[in-house]
Amino acid sequence: MSEPRVGVYVCHCGHNIAGTVDVQHVAEWAMGLPNVVIARDNKFMCASTGQEQVEEDIKQFELTHVVVASCSPHMHEKTFRNACARAGLNPYLFEMANIREHASWVHPNDREGATNKAKALVSAAVHRVVHQQPLEPMKVDIRPETLVVGGGIAGIQAALEIADAGYHVYLVEREPSIGGHMAMFDKTFPTLDCAACILTPKMFDVGGHPNITLLTYSEVEKVDGYVGNFQVRVRKKARMVDESLCTGCGTCWEKCPIKVVDTVWEAGLGYRKAIYRPFPQAVPKYPVIDIENCTYFKTGKCRMCEKVCPTNAINYEMQDEIIDLEVGNIILATGYKLFDARRIPQYGYGRLENVFTSLEFERLTNASGPTEGKIVLRDGETTPQTVAIVHCVGSRDRNYNTHCSAICCMSSLKFAHLVMEKTGAKVYNFYIDMRPLHKGYEEFYHRIMEEGATFIRGKVSEITDVPRTPEEEDKLIVVCEDTLLGRQRRVPVDMVILAAGLEPQADAQEVAHMFGVGCGETGFFIERHPKLDPVATMTEGVFIAGACQGAKDIPDSVAQGAAAAARVLGTINQRQVTLEPIRASIDEERCSGCRICNNLCPYNAIDFIEEKGVSRVNPALCKGCGTCVAACPSQVITGAHFTFEQIMAEIDGIMIDVLSDRPVVEAV
Amino acid sequence: MSDNGTFTPVIVGFLCNWCSYRAADLAGTSRMGYPATLRDIRIMCTGRLDPTFVLRALQKGADGVLIMGCHPGQCHYQEGNYKAIRRFALLRRTLRQLGIEDERVQLHWASAAEGVRFAETVARMTEQIKQLGPLDWPRNWPNEDPYAVEEAVHE
Repeated sequence: MSEPRVGVYVCHCGHNIAGTVDVQHVAEWAMGLPNVVIARDNKFMCASTGQEQVEEDIKQFELTHVVVASCSPHMHEKTFRNACARAGLNPYLFEMANIREHASWVHPNDREGATNKAKALVSAAVHRVVHQQPLEPMKVDIRPETLVVGGGIAGIQAALEIADAGYHVYLVEREPSIGGHMAMFDKTFPTLDCAACILTPKMFDVGGHPNITLLTYSEVEKVDGYVGNFQVRVRKKARMVDESLCTGCGTCWEKCPIKVVDTVWEAGLGYRKAIYRPFPQAVPKYPVIDIENCTYFKTGKCRMCEKVCPTNAINYEMQDEIIDLEVGNIILATGYKLFDARRIPQYGYGRLENVFTSLEFERLTNASGPTEGKIVLRDGETTPQTVAIVHCVGSRDRNYNTHCSAICCMSSLKFAHLVMEKTGAKVYNFYIDMRPLHKGYEEFYHRIMEEGATFIRGKVSEITDVPRTPEEEDKLIVVCEDTLLGRQRRVPVDMVILAAGLEPQADAQEVAHMFGVGCGETGFFIERHPKLDPVATMTEGVFIAGACQGAKDIPDSVAQGAAAAARVLGTINQRQVTLEPIRASIDEERCSGCRICNNLCPYNAIDFIEEKGVSRVNPALCKGCGTCVAACPSQVITGAHFTFEQIMAEIDGIMIDVLSDRPVVEAV
Repeated sequence: MSDNGTFTPVIVGFLCNWCSYRAADLAGTSRMGYPATLRDIRIMCTGRLDPTFVLRALQKGADGVLIMGCHPGQCHYQEGNYKAIRRFALLRRTLRQLGIEDERVQLHWASAAEGVRFAETVARMTEQIKQLGPLDWPRNWPNEDPYAVEEAVHE
């Protein structure tokens, strides 16, 4: 093979790199590196002129390899690979040196250090690139079916968008009904339209859509495969009610003798039966038997529901069903969990009976809730005369969650309105900052102020029932520093509503792991890019939408659901997806058949071929992590694009003496 | 090492593509300063880290090697970092027998969201190695041919 001819391009990125790194010097110095035939600096390599320069040089200088020193490969690797491809060079003969994120931006006051580091990184890339091999990306067909996990408003929106476009959707929901948190709310801000009225039509659309297979009371157990071809195993828990026979008439739950506190849909305020439908508009309409509380499952007696069912739909023998699905894309819309206000003991939730959480209040004021929409104290009778609403409970607080929960300001304003409208009570809002930042929100804030709610700026330090004055007798006293008045205040009230924050689901980590996405510092799923790619994840074919990505309100969740659907439809319409050819392969001639690699592979991609006594990698299953490559005692497994030679050469290159005028690398 | 008496270590970094490399990117995007001592190499997963990579870096003159991956339980490839932990334990025993201090070769975690943690890790390790001084492997074991040594032993 003829000598390699490497072209090196060092980017200024305006002042982003050139402001710290002596770009010109790096380029001149790179001319002395082995195999380099041309080294240039350029103001903006990613601009069309920069790319065209590369393309021209490939032709003019007959370059066999290209190195661009600029930003992170996660930014522009694709850009330059495409430029190489346009000039007829295999894109995998290109290598990138990250001298912006990893040098100029992090060493702003150390020009010499940053320049030396840039030289080392360029040298590493130059040494590595000559060992790189031309690779062909794998093309795989994309299955048109999509899995949506989570039947809250974000998941519903995503499912409907895709189903309406004519593609099949499997919607998996863990609860017996879809609807999510929105189904528990009474009104929605800032328009104050009824949550059920706008949600239930969408729920029914999902329930009856010919392109949607609705799997409620079901959970995903296992995910295998890759974009275009995921294999998903879903456990459909036994409802004990035959959906093909049940009409949802309701006789069974009317006659069921067992009352259970409903901690999910009634936030612990109300009751349901042991056989129940979560709420009247539930989709699907079929009830489910809660076998932990059902008398028959505990004692073997009762069978009341079976006796009264007019269609014989009750089946106590029903078993969990395992359903294997094949889908091309996955949207996670698993939502949030409400902050447990018990974690702040000084607010007294769980100890002081008239301290409520926001979700409890939603149920109180909801016409289908336990009090049929009457706002009353825990005794079920007394209407409060004064109500305190405490903002930022468990949010924007270093002790609990540092993030802003995004919805509490607005839902607190909504609560203030509902309390004043329904009871005429005096309302105090205790806030740190008001953040009504979307369309129509500021106007709503002003409206509530004009309606007469009082706003006290200060973080509540304590809620107590210990009075100091006669007017504090039998009241809850909200203690806080009013930061506008600059003094301590004690406000006696009848009822306190804690605007509890939004947290990631308790099992967010496990779910993230199962689907190959990451969790950020706050525990919510990480998007591929915080600004430019908010619904994609690091795993191709897995998208996120709604509050599982970060605290957000209904319009934002709907927007993300639709956005994720649009991304999925885009992928489906491509029909094929290109996969990185970063795969392991085994040299069967030299494989000793020790089988060490077989059990190491997390994807079971390595099979042992008995008749030959060697191992073989299934390229469709291999994800290119390289664990087997590092472990092979015979060193006969090659990790494409990250081979032993390539990384060793990179190490040699990175350890170059950057201070010498002409780079010298000792022969190994 | 510079000649004016102050020692600036060279640390070779092996960063996994999914978490720690992105943590380093985030440190950059957020302009979190740290010493210009780290020269990093991207690998897909810490599970790819062949222990000989570390030895090669030291042999070529690195004063330290920093391996960083995803937090345990958050590996993009499910469990590559657990394999790295096991291999690292063996590697560390080998390095101790060669008289190389524990601080010189370190294994840490940073998620893609932990730019601060990444910057702090580099800064801390730089200080530790400054305290230890240069390793200078190439000068201490100049051009030693391992096969020649082996033959000498056999004779």
